Amino acid sequence: MVIFNMKDKDLISMNRRSAITLLTCMGFTLSLPSGLMASPELVQGEIDKIIKGSVTREAEIFLDVPEIAENGNQVKVSFEIESPMSEDDFVKEVYIFADGNPAPKVGKFEFTPFSGECFASTKMRLSKTQDVYLLAKFSDGNYALEKSTVKVTIGGCGG
Amino acid sequence: MAKIKPRAKIPKEAELDEIIEIKTLIRHPMHSGRVKDANGKTIPRHIINKFEAKFNGKIVFSMKLEPSISSNPYVSFPFKVFESGKFELEWMEDGGEIYRLSKSVKVS
Repeated sequence: MVIFNMKDKDLISMNRRSAITLLTCMGFTLSLPSGLMASPELVQGEIDKIIKGSVTREAEIFLDVPEIAENGNQVKVSFEIESPMSEDDFVKEVYIFADGNPAPKVGKFEFTPFSGECFASTKMRLSKTQDVYLLAKFSDGNYALEKSTVKVTIGGCGG
Repeated sequence: MAKIKPRAKIPKEAELDEIIEIKTLIRHPMHSGRVKDANGKTIPRHIINKFEAKFNGKIVFSMKLEPSISSNPYVSFPFKVFESGKFELEWMEDGGEIYRLSKSVKVS
């Protein structure tokens, strides 16, 4: 792969399209080692490791991710889960996974009854079009899962 | 490297039992350990790996961040205002550095 250097004369002579493509690729996907990507199986493995055979329950989960993300470097992910968030019934942990990134884990949110409601948001990197998973752990020890696909259209290197 | 500076948007006043949204941002490159610099050398992993919010000394929310979180990590979370008090926000960086910010909220 071409090493990017601001002083390089090649860059100046480069046409606009290829310059834009190169620049958009730089942030995250430029040097991903191939063969080390997460996969739906890997995400499922992570989920199995966490839930360890616990019951999955029904829950009102609203996972808000864009259908199409133009910039894979800043993809907003927010969610809302129906819960009374009381001392004896609240959402304890929320995991976010991405099955097409170099590593499946994105983040883990930990709530408390002080939260009042269960919602949060952050921004994540997505290397290509893939599924984003939300796994919620409730205070009763049960889990709920939600999944949504994000199309990533970054320059020439998206999916 | 740009200076690492945490920011948070918390209302100064809220009604009792009002649920507020706290928005936080810290300027940080979040080097994932997978990107190469101009000389082809891999930039080692250097990220904010944990965020924690305390209110009057008690942990009310926390988050574990992975390299898949974007640079300048943004985190927003809810809080039910049950009394006046002070938020202490902490961002833990790889290597043990901690960035702190505190802000107060008053029950009106």
